This record gives sequence, structure tokens and C-alpha cells, in this order.
Amino acid sequence: MSLLLDIGNGALAITALLTGVLLVVAATVIAKLISPKSYSVKKSETFECGMPTRGESMIQFKSGYYIFAILFLLFDVETVFLYPWAVVARDLGAQSLLCIGIFMLILILGLAYAWKKGALKWK
Amino acid sequence: MFDFGKWTTAFNDLLLGVMPAWAATLIECVLIAVAILGAYTVLALFYILYERKLCAWFQCRLGPMRVGKWGLLQVFADMFKILIKEIISIKDTDKFLFRLAPFIVIISSVTMLACLPWGNGLQIINYNIGIFFILAVSSVGVLGILLAGWSSNNKYTLIGAMRSGAQMVSYEISLGLSIITIVVFAGTMNITELVMEQESAWFLFRGHIPAIIAFLIYIVAATAETNRGPFDLPEAEHELVAGYHTEYSGITFGFYYLAEYLNLFIVSGIASLMFLGGWMPFHVPGWDAFNNIMNYIPSIVWFVGKSFFISFIIIWFKWTFPRVRIDQLLSFEWKYLMPLSLANLILMAVFVALGWHF
Repeated sequence: MSLLLDIGNGALAITALLTGVLLVVAATVIAKLISPKSYSVKKSETFECGMPTRGESMIQFKSGYYIFAILFLLFDVETVFLYPWAVVARDLGAQSLLCIGIFMLILILGLAYAWKKGALKWK
Repeated sequence: MFDFGKWTTAFNDLLLGVMPAWAATLIECVLIAVAILGAYTVLALFYILYERKLCAWFQCRLGPMRVGKWGLLQVFADMFKILIKEIISIKDTDKFLFRLAPFIVIISSVTMLACLPWGNGLQIINYNIGIFFILAVSSVGVLGILLAGWSSNNKYTLIGAMRSGAQMVSYEISLGLSIITIVVFAGTMNITELVMEQESAWFLFRGHIPAIIAFLIYIVAATAETNRGPFDLPEAEHELVAGYHTEYSGITFGFYYLAEYLNLFIVSGIASLMFLGGWMPFHVPGWDAFNNIMNYIPSIVWFVGKSFFISFIIIWFKWTFPRVRIDQLLSFEWKYLMPLSLANLILMAVFVALGWHF
């Protein structure tokens, strides 16, 4: 329940989402109505850097980015696991500290392993 | 503090008195949508002028001065100019994804804006996992950028999008960990409760050492998340033309521009919510007279003022530090910032378990 009115949060989130869609659609429609239109072959070519594009652009790409994405997946899931603990950490006291310490130690070991293997090095 | 909730409750009762419940809900949803759109536009216009003026002052210039008094009408002129520009359709693009990308970017920033606590009782979406919801929505935004770069059929946009993706997902971890540090301290993720917890003093002061470290980590990670300052590699104009939105023209480019400024406001808003008390005035425990005087300043002024202050710091970064390289950027996050934020989280957990806080 929201503070503002008695509308469920789901309905409010959908309202916000539709507002975003409305913003894009309305602005595009207004721009299409009042903007000039002209057609030429040169204009519809890809700009890139001002020179004619050579070859295909949707190509296989450097794998370095991909390795960081995998590492991110690992640590992001870990972050998700930490949230429920974080909310109740105050009430649980010292014992939970030990448990979460072991959990985080395993993760830090994982990071150290990735570091040692050279996954964090940009090649 | 004045409670805006009184107005909205009175308005809700008024509507329920004259019409069935579903119609009242519909009208309220439409009004909320209008309010979000208004706030979004006003903030974007303000931020464009704010940044241009600040940049000018950092470089000993005057900035825009010709249109209106002190150039105040410049942003309106810019907005109309961007609306009347032609939307050029490029051949060889992936048409569907090319059109879809601005929607994702705008939707993510609008939904985050609706979660922020603007004042006492002025808040739209209020989940009990509020701050987690904001983080989840913020990570959807990167998809729009990746799609924009991929679908443009342009090698420079592809590189820009990949850099942006790597940067945003990497710094999201530090961002999340510094927020968890405060959640450990506060014991709640609900945004209203987070603000209420800071009534005696802000988290930055109550949590002292770990909270201050978390605040610094948050500011750095937030600068990287919004692709600004020294971390603006995705848009490095001397390497990549204009980054992932090179092929967008007219208002479709404007959407990325809008979302970028709104994201700056949103990360500043989250910083003011998590560390500087949200809309809560500056209170010092024991100084009752001082606290009462502070309460006279409206809550919305506090929230907006703190957010603008943090945005000022982030804009300041841009003109102080040179742009970093991609390998420096990633090794800074993974080798320094993330181990530091993990250690800081453990430190905060120890502080909370032993009661070493105010």
C-alpha cells in the first residue's frame, strides 16, 4: 500500500511504466508532426564516423567484456543473497556475523581465484 | 513537519464521496502520471541549465546568457529545437530494437523517479523492499543502452555500448554493496522507514566510519553508473563520435539526453535518501530549539536541496579528473573498490553487532 492514496503498489508501478511509454510515444508523435521530412540516399546511410561503413557491423566481439559480465553475474547474485541477511542483521547478533563472515570469505576466495587466474586483467 | 499525506487523503475521500472506487483510482492514477511527467520535464530542463552554468563557472565562462535573463530560456529554446529536428531513418538498422531501446531507457528512469521520497507523505511507489526495487529497475536501463548500440549497425556505437555495459554492471556491485551497508545499519529496506530512522541524526553521522566510507564508495560508483565525469568512456567523443546514440537523431537522441540527466538526479536522490536523511531536516540530538527551527523548512526543499548538492559534486568531478582508460576503469572497480566495499560491509556488521554506533 502506498502512502499517498489507497492504491496498490503494483498498480502504481504499472502507472509509472505506462507514463514512460506515454512520454516516448507522445514526444515522438509531436516531433513527427512538426518536423520537416526529406529523403535522399546519402542521408539514410549509417553515419559511423563520417566515412562510408565497410562490412558488417553486428560482428563477433572482444571477449574481455564477456568475462566481466560473467564475473558480474556471480557477484550480483551474491548481493541478492546478502539483502535478506542485511535486513535482519541487527536482531541476529554475533552468531549471524560468523555465518555471513564464512559466506563472504568463500566469495572473496572466489574473487582472489579469478584475480590470480588473470580474469581481471584487460587483454 | 507538514504532512502532504493529509492533502492526498482528503482528496481521496472527496473523490470517493462522489464516484465509485474504481473511477476514483483511475482518476488518481491519471493525476499521478501527470505529476510524474511534470516532475520529469521540469527536472530535465533544470538539470540541463544547471550543468551548463556549472561547467561555465568551472571554466571561468558565463555560459548561456543571450536567451532570456541569464540564459534562463535557453533550455526551452533547445527543447523546441530538438522537437523540430527531422527523425532520420537509417537503413540497415535492426528497426524493432532501434525503436525499442529509448523506451527501455526512459521507462527505467521514470519508474525510479516514482520511487523517491520527495517529502513527508509525497511518495508514489512504496514497496517494503523499496531500495532493492530501485536497484533492480536501474539495472534494466543498461539493456536499453546495449540494444541501442547493437541495433545501430555502427561499429563505434557497438564499442560504446559494450563499454557502457561493462562499466555499468561492474560498478553496480559497489553501488549495491554500499547500499547494503546502510541496510545492515537501518534494518529495513522500506524507503519511508529508512527516512524515519534518520529522525535523530542522518545515517552518515550515526554510522560514522563505515557509513562515511560507504558514502564515498557510493558517490564514485554513482558517477560511473550515470556514465559521467571521469568515467564517460561510452561517450568519449574523440574516440567514439558520440557513443551508443550516434545514429539517433532529433527527439530520439533527446530521450537518451533526458534519461542521462534524470539518472543523475535519481542517483543523487538515492544518496540523499540513504546517507543524508532523504526529506528529513538536519537534526542534532539534544538541540531541541535548533531542531524545531530546522523543521520549519519544508521537507521537499530538504530533499531537492540535498539532491542538487550531490549532483553538484558529481558535475564537479567531471571538470576535475581526466578521463580514465577502460582497463583502468575495470581494474579500479574490481581490484580496489569492490574489495573495499566488501571489507566495509563486514566492518559495518561488526559495528552493528557490538553496538558501536549512535
